[in-house]
Amino acid sequence: MINRYFVLLNKEDNTFVCCKQLLAGASTTLEEVDVTMTADITVGHKIARQAIAEGEKIIKYGVSIGSATKDIDFGEHIHMHNMKSDYIASHTRQSRSGEE
Amino acid sequence: MKGYLRADGRKGIRNIILVTYLVECAHHVARAIVANSADNVQLIGFPGCYPNEYSLKIMEGLCTHPNVAGVLIVSLGCEGFNREQLANSIKASGREVDTLVIQKSGGTRKTIAAGVSSVNELVINVQKTELVPMDISELVVGTICGGSDGTSGIGANPAVGHCFDQLVEKDAICIFEETGELIGCEQIMAERAITPDLGEEIMKSVEKAEQYYTKMGYGSFAPGNAEGGLTTQEEKSMGAYAKSGSSKIHGLIKPGDIPSQGGLYLMDVVPDGEPMYGFPNIVDSAEIVEMIASGCHLTLFTTGRGSVVGSAISPVIKVCANPETYENMSDDMDINAGKIISGEATVAQVGDEIYQLVSQVAKGKQTKSEALGHQEFVLTYKSFQPIGPSCLPTAR
Repeated sequence: MINRYFVLLNKEDNTFVCCKQLLAGASTTLEEVDVTMTADITVGHKIARQAIAEGEKIIKYGVSIGSATKDIDFGEHIHMHNMKSDYIASHTRQSRSGEE
Repeated sequence: MKGYLRADGRKGIRNIILVTYLVECAHHVARAIVANSADNVQLIGFPGCYPNEYSLKIMEGLCTHPNVAGVLIVSLGCEGFNREQLANSIKASGREVDTLVIQKSGGTRKTIAAGVSSVNELVINVQKTELVPMDISELVVGTICGGSDGTSGIGANPAVGHCFDQLVEKDAICIFEETGELIGCEQIMAERAITPDLGEEIMKSVEKAEQYYTKMGYGSFAPGNAEGGLTTQEEKSMGAYAKSGSSKIHGLIKPGDIPSQGGLYLMDVVPDGEPMYGFPNIVDSAEIVEMIASGCHLTLFTTGRGSVVGSAISPVIKVCANPETYENMSDDMDINAGKIISGEATVAQVGDEIYQLVSQVAKGKQTKSEALGHQEFVLTYKSFQPIGPSCLPTAR
């Protein structure tokens, strides 16, 4: 746990996982760097531990869980809008995402 | 700890009478019989009219399960299910069995009356079942996850893995499953196999799952997974994989195969060949049913979003990973693994708590879903090839 809001699961990760909700506009300190949330981050969601370029792997549990589909800033929410599976498309109730 | 001794030598932790319908047309009659019978009488069944080897095998596994003392089969009469073979298998296991065919019994009202009286007799007979000493090593425990979110892989799943390690250490049989939810973990999983050939079989089973799900157009990924912070199949897989703990993998089984030696087993639930009948498992309850058919006395069910299901035949222990969900739905949850993500407990502490509860539930303590009356059951069509010899290296 790096602070009361986020946990780092593996030292290789470029993501933090939220363990306590933090709303857009709220600030926190991640590994000694201050950052302001640009979206509501709820429990279980991921943010970027560092800037991630489009096409780079997203690392969680020390392994790749997919690729960035856009450039992602430090502290930004990482989800279906900016990353995708390297195996098979995910879907929401409204649509599928991550399809070519 | 004591178990109900069956004539085939297996030991159960519950003493249940099943009423099973063999086609949807017999469902109402079977349900009415259960509604008018004792508390330990439970309903299962199969909806389709066409015969299917898989559903027969699963039904045989369920009706001869160690928790089951006797069975009433309810058939309409003209359906394709091989009721004679099912009855013979149950009889061969030494369990009590009776068959009612609605078309030969004078229709709905008369079959319900005959069924209630038949079940009453079964209930009286099974009260005499002998209770004998049973060791934790004789337990078969399964695990699945349902309604996963971003907390599942951090809290509940590793805690179940810790519990599994202890159970395997004690020589119990532990089963984890859903190769479609292990896509992306195949390499690390294969390295844990006790033989290289088994590792190869594991790799092949996950490749099969990937191809199958790709053809179906959806991964094993529900909208709630995304709402809970999971973005991709491989992310969900890594979290799900943690349920397996760190033991060596002793074998690869298919639904209804019953391991004979203690150890950790992976169940391949994805049908063989071209997709024929739809999604591998249409819902969590179908996976629980398959694990019970492979002998599971109880199932550890991890959830983040908050599932409420239990099961017929074998108790389900609900392990909740998300502290907010636990607070919201604590009446349904047996274990609060949310303490891990809120920093109040370690994975090992919650894992020990699960292990203790497994032992208590095996001794008869009701789980939350059991007490609430949850007895979900889903069985549909599938087709499988038998496993190859390298899948069970320790089998005698």
